[in-house]
Order: sequence, then C-alpha cells, then structure tokens
Amino acid sequence: MSQVKKFIDNFGYTRIIIILFLIILFIAALALELQTKSLITGILNRAGMNMLLTLAMVPSVQSGTGLNFGLSIGILCGVLGAVLSIAMDLTGVQAFFVANVIGILLAIVAGYVYGLLLNRVKSQEMLIGTYAGFSVVSGMCMFWILAPFKSPKMIWPYGGRGLRVTVSLEDTFDKVLNNFLLGQYNGIEVPWGLYAYVLLLCLAVWLFSRSKTGIAMQTAGSNPRFAEASGINVDSMRIIGTILSTVLGAMGILVYAQSYGFLQLYTAPLYMAFPAVAAILIGGASVQKASITHVIIGTFLFQALLVVALPVSNAVLPEGNLSEVVRIIISNGIIVYALTRIGGGE
Amino acid sequence: MSEPILQLLDISKEYYGNKVLKNVSLTVHPGEVHALVGENGAGKSTLMNILFGMPVIHSTGGFSGQIIFGGEQASINSPKDAMEKGIGMVHQEFMLLPGFTITENLKLNREITKHNVVSKLLGEKLKSLDMEAMRKDARKALDTLGVDIDEMLPVEGLPVGYKQFIEIAREIDKENVKLLVFDEPTAVLTEMEADLFLKAVEKLSASGIAILFITHRLSEVMQVADNITVIRDGEVVGRLTREEATIEDMARMMVGRKIDRIEKAKKIHNGSQENILEIRNLRVDMPGELVKNVNLDVKKGEILGIGGLAGHGKIGIANGIMGLYRASGQVTFKGEKIKLNNPKDALLRGMAFVSEDRRGIGLLLDESIEKNIVLTAMQVQGKFLTKFFAGVNFADSGKIRGHATKLIEELDIRCTGPEQLVRRLSGGNQQKVCIARAITLEPDLLFVSEPTRGIDVGAKKIVLDLLLKLNQELGMTIVMTSSELAELRSICDRIAIIYDGKLEGILPPDADDTDFGLMMAGGHSDKAKEVS
Repeated sequence: MSQVKKFIDNFGYTRIIIILFLIILFIAALALELQTKSLITGILNRAGMNMLLTLAMVPSVQSGTGLNFGLSIGILCGVLGAVLSIAMDLTGVQAFFVANVIGILLAIVAGYVYGLLLNRVKSQEMLIGTYAGFSVVSGMCMFWILAPFKSPKMIWPYGGRGLRVTVSLEDTFDKVLNNFLLGQYNGIEVPWGLYAYVLLLCLAVWLFSRSKTGIAMQTAGSNPRFAEASGINVDSMRIIGTILSTVLGAMGILVYAQSYGFLQLYTAPLYMAFPAVAAILIGGASVQKASITHVIIGTFLFQALLVVALPVSNAVLPEGNLSEVVRIIISNGIIVYALTRIGGGE
Repeated sequence: MSEPILQLLDISKEYYGNKVLKNVSLTVHPGEVHALVGENGAGKSTLMNILFGMPVIHSTGGFSGQIIFGGEQASINSPKDAMEKGIGMVHQEFMLLPGFTITENLKLNREITKHNVVSKLLGEKLKSLDMEAMRKDARKALDTLGVDIDEMLPVEGLPVGYKQFIEIAREIDKENVKLLVFDEPTAVLTEMEADLFLKAVEKLSASGIAILFITHRLSEVMQVADNITVIRDGEVVGRLTREEATIEDMARMMVGRKIDRIEKAKKIHNGSQENILEIRNLRVDMPGELVKNVNLDVKKGEILGIGGLAGHGKIGIANGIMGLYRASGQVTFKGEKIKLNNPKDALLRGMAFVSEDRRGIGLLLDESIEKNIVLTAMQVQGKFLTKFFAGVNFADSGKIRGHATKLIEELDIRCTGPEQLVRRLSGGNQQKVCIARAITLEPDLLFVSEPTRGIDVGAKKIVLDLLLKLNQELGMTIVMTSSELAELRSICDRIAIIYDGKLEGILPPDADDTDFGLMMAGGHSDKAKEVS
C-alpha cells in the first residue's frame, strides 16, 4: 500500500487526475460508438504539431524566467518567416526551410530584446511576458494590414488592403513533415516524419542542457546567487534562455502551420502560449523545473484530452452551438487546472 | 529598597531539545537601570521574547519558570498582554511607518479623538483626530528624551538615530509603562546620539521607570547601569553592581569558556612570513555586515580566524573579496591586485569561498551532489568537460562521477550516492558538499564563513578537523570567519577581531579571555597585543 502511495506521490496527482479524466472520456467515446481510429490519429497528429511549442517552455524555465507567456513573440517571428517565404514564391521543403531560417533569425533578435526586458522585471516575468506578448500581437495586426505584400496567395481575393486572416499553405509547405514517412497501420496514421523532426529538436535541447553553457544557464535559473558566486553571468544566461525559447516558438509555429495547412495571422497568436504552458504543467513541470519528459508526457495528455473531448461533447450535446461552448469550457478548464498546479510535482 | 517591579524566577527554555536558557533568574526594581550582557546567542533575546510573550516561544513548547510583575504572578501569553501590564519594548528594527509624521507614529492606534458632527450621528469609529492634543503629548515625550526635533516631520528620511528615539518616545508615551526593554539600542547610533540616548535613559529611570538594557557595549554599561547580569550559554554567570564591576571582569565572564584546542601536529610553515593576501582600506557594502575600513594581511600557509560580534562586519570581508557584495579598496593576492566585484576573477586567481549562507548561495538544493561539487570548477576552470560532438563543451559525466565519488569517500559525506539531491542531506553533510566544491577548485586560499553554523555538535568537529587537514596536508591557506570564538581558538594560528567594520586587533588563539572580550566589545585597541 505504501508503495502505491509512493508511486502516486512520485507521479503526481495532477497527472493521475488528468489520466483518469482521459480514460473516462475514452470510455464515453467507446460507448457512443465514435471512431476510435480517427481519434487516435488525431491525438498523434495534434501532439506532434504542438510539441515544439511546449518544448519552447523548457529553456525559459531552466534559465529562471519562468514559463514563457510571451511565446507569441516567437510565434510571430515564425509566422513572419512563413509570410516572407510565400512572398518569395517558394514551395515545398524549400519554402519550409527558408521560413525557418528567416523565422529563427528574427527570433534571435526578438528574443534578445525580450530577454533585456525580462531582466528588468525579475520575479514578474510571467505577468510582464503575457502582456508583452499581447502588445506585440496587436502591433503586428497593424503590420499585417499595412505590409506591402502582393502575392495573391495572401491578400484578400476581392482587393482592399492587407493580408488575409488565414492564409492557405496548400501551394507552399502544407504537410511537408506530416506526409514525409507517413505510416498507415490499419486505418491509424502515424506521421513518422513529423515525429522524427520534433524528437530531433527535443534531443538538441537535451544535449544543450548537458553542455557547459546549458549547465550554466540551468544554474542561473535554479539559484542566481549561487551562479553569481560561481562566476556565471546570470543576466546573459537568462537572455540565452529567452532567445532559445523564442526560436523554438518560431520553429514550433511553422511545424504547427504545416500540419494544420493554414497560417493564422492577426489575433490568432494571442492565446497560443496558454496551451503550451498548460501542456508542460500537466506533464509535471513547475516554474522552476522542466525537462523533455515533461514536454512529451504533457503534450500527449493535453492534446489527447482536447481531441477526445470535442466529439464526445458533440455526441452528448448535438444542439448546434452548445458543443462548441462545452469544448471551450473543457479546454480552458484544463488550462486553469494546470495553472493551479504551477508549483509542480517532482 | 522598594518592591521589585519584575522578577524572573528559574526561567528555562528548550528549542527542540536544545537548552538555550537554564534556570535564569533576574530582579529589576523601579527606577533601576539593569543591564543584561552577553555574546550573540547567549540567550538574551530568548529571555526577552519570553518576557514579552512572543508567539515564537509558545509555538515551540513554552518555557518553565515564573514571571512576577509588580508583585503578582503574571502569565504573559502575547505581546498585547505584556503591553497592557506596562512592559514596553524598543526593537532593534524600526517599526515605524515612513510616510507618517512623528506624532502620528507615536500615537498610532492610540490616537486622541474628538467628536464631530458625523461621529455624533454614526458612532465612535468616525471621530476625528485631536491633532493639537496629540502634538502636545508627542512634544512631551520627545522633551523627556531631550530630543529637539519638530514633532510634525515625516519619519521618512530622518537619520537612524532619530528613528530610534521615536521608537523610545512611543513607548514612554504609553501612560502605564513601568518597565522598558531596550534591545541593543545603541547598535545603530553614532557616538553623539548614543550619548544623548544614555542621558535620556538616566532621565527615564529618574522618573521611576525600570529599564532593562540589553547590550554588548561594555563602556555604556559602565556608564548607565545600576546592576549588571552577565549571561553566557543560557546561564547567569555573574551578577554585579556598577561599583564592583570592571570592564575586564565583564569581558571575561561574557566570553570565558573551556577551550578544546584540537592539538595540531607541529605545523609546516611554508615560508610563513610571506603574505599571500594583503587587504588595504577594504569597504564592503553588505547589509547588516558593513565593512568600513579593514587592513589585514594573510600569511601563506596559516589558518587565520576572523571573529567579532554579529553585525560588525566580519562576514563582509570574505564576501567582499569574492565579489558577492559591492566592495572598494585594494586587495593584493599573490602579489597581484585583484579586480573587486568580479567573482570570476577571484575564482580564477585561486581563491575559493564557502559561504555562510549555505542554503542561499552555497548550494543548488534541488540538484545532485555531484553537480554541486563540480559546477564551479566546470564553469570557471573548464574542468570536467569533453568535446565529443561538434566542438561544443559537454559535461563529462564519467569524470564527474569519478571525482564526486572520490570526494564523497574522502570527506565522508553520508548519502545514498552522488546522484542524491543535496536538499535531502543533513546540515553537516551539506556543509561538506560546499567544502568539496571549494576544494575541487584546488584553491591556494580558502575562505570559510561560519563553517559550523546550524550543524550538530558531532559534525562540527568533523568539519573543523577537515579544515585543519586541508591546511596541514595540502598547505592550503585558510581564512575562517566565525561567530564562535571557541571554534576559532581551536584551529586558528592567529585571530583577527573585527569591531564596527574595522580591524580591532589580532590575537594568538591562546590569548586571555579578557583580551578577546575587550576587543569584541570595542574601544580597547590600544591594549591589544599585536602578534605576527
């Protein structure tokens, strides 16, 4: 019995509660005779496309700036990279690659500036980050309207100014990763290419955390005064962490977009940090500690909940809008629950 | 003689099995100034906390013994009880509202009020303040103390000395006050302010208020106290009247204890006349441990102790040299001037530091033992790294494990393995991890601050033995800062005493208790024997 308790303590109540909820949803899905195969395909797909955004939380937590609520800054860099690659009329892997290069370069600059800001507001990074993200998203809304892009793939078909709210990626890099090495197993699709790419980046982040700079960064995060006494420049380590997080945000949104098939402009990036934050918290991370395991477990749990909850609520409440309302309540409910667990387990 | 106002009878107190007060008794008469003298940690503050009914006493199991106040057995369960009985306390920290005027601070929550139109209709709570009456009271209290200051000035921006006086004025303004407790009131005052303060104390006692005066400034005791009680290690070791007391006696009583000197094998003096570290005009801006102007030489191969009472700046010296707090002055290490305010420079030149704030800056509590041990050496000296991939420096886990295992064995760190989290270790073992980290840097000079603070008796000896071994076998020069004189005397070759941010003198470890006591209490630098 004590061993069971120990196991539960180690694993964390949050995760157990989420898993139980997920199991209930699955049972409901089976009882309602929903398509389990498409559900599983959906989970695998959504977990893969969201994982990099969750991974972006790791460097920011490790460097001591907490969860990166200003992730939208990185996301915007990635979106801008994609928009520019479309404007250059590139297609396929080439377009994806160029979008990444531009996105990463922009994210390095943006991350540096954002890092300088965070160094001035120590201990309030998460609150300030949220609003910094909001402001930048709003600022970019003006840019999307005013930017002199001419590509017919992006501007409104009936003329007027500005870019469309959603830009289809059909002719550019739609599903370049998803369709690469796509496995079909008895009706369940496994996007191996997507996972290879994402896990490679996870590996890179893990390797970085084993490097000299990575260790210095984690030290600065876990005890700034200790780090200073060991000759580590805490402020520059925090900037490195912020840059990495912003870069991963930029790369993450491109993975997300290629899987989704559309690029979402204007206010879409506004709330994109929250699911990522919720996922890593559900995975067992805290404001002080986050690892790759937390990212993988958390993204799977969180996305599985969303994917299963929607058709179940649809089937239970078939009347028009109600299921949409329920879906919003469930997804935000999970985020709220995750945020209350911000202290994290071990 | 009149009836005593306060009698403490056989007061004993334990904190978690650790006896901090043993059968302390104390009697104070009205109009008497009674000084309570003792080193830091002697139990003075605990005694006052009991008298004042502080919650910390009751939440740790209460105390035994009796308090008799004004001839009656008193049970004081909260500071409120104490205040109602007429016991006033002036704290070391100022409990004043900076934005309020002196008068408002004095009268806080005891305001004099008068009726106005609204309050007549809606009740007592809405009465307005009678500023005129409050001003008069404040003026009276300040005059009693002999402080010439406008009572309507805001407290913010006043010199510390005045703030102390306002605290006192607040206590004497309370009508029923019969006993005032001053907890090291002159610690923050300049000499002139202190004089003014002592005069005020005399005036107060002349008006019939009993005063209990906690201090370790012996000259002040001689100036104002009628009776003196000296406590050491929770016991009363002497009761003196002013006539029979001498500063020397008090100093000896305050410090004196058996010294267990760890017998050292004859030391290897590696050309011990050579200075490895020369400190000139060092100032360190460390809050609470201000170093004002220290000149000190450390000889190669010695163990130099730095002692002194808390708050006098002994802790600040090592922190300043290692770049953890803002410092100015000139520090020469092995013949080269070091860059101050730069921890990396100090570490690179071969100095290492075991901080007094073990859990705050000494350790990464949620990391493994091995990571704690190697981290500084890795970051500063580039040890334990390997470039197995793309020319990037990665941690060499094999080397780290090997080194950590070796040190765990050598220093006898009790743990389940090098991967155990440091948080789970006991205080003594955590301290060993700190030392292991410092010696991994292979320093020529090791600063150790408060190495035995918060660890149990058995572990203390092990840590001290370890320092001695490092010094003897590896020839490491050690500068050890400690509040515990006995500990300094047990292993140091010379002991420097810091008083008021300056070097008061240097004594050999076997010097007389009186000399140590005098130096720690300040003002006797002329009598100190210089040894080298």
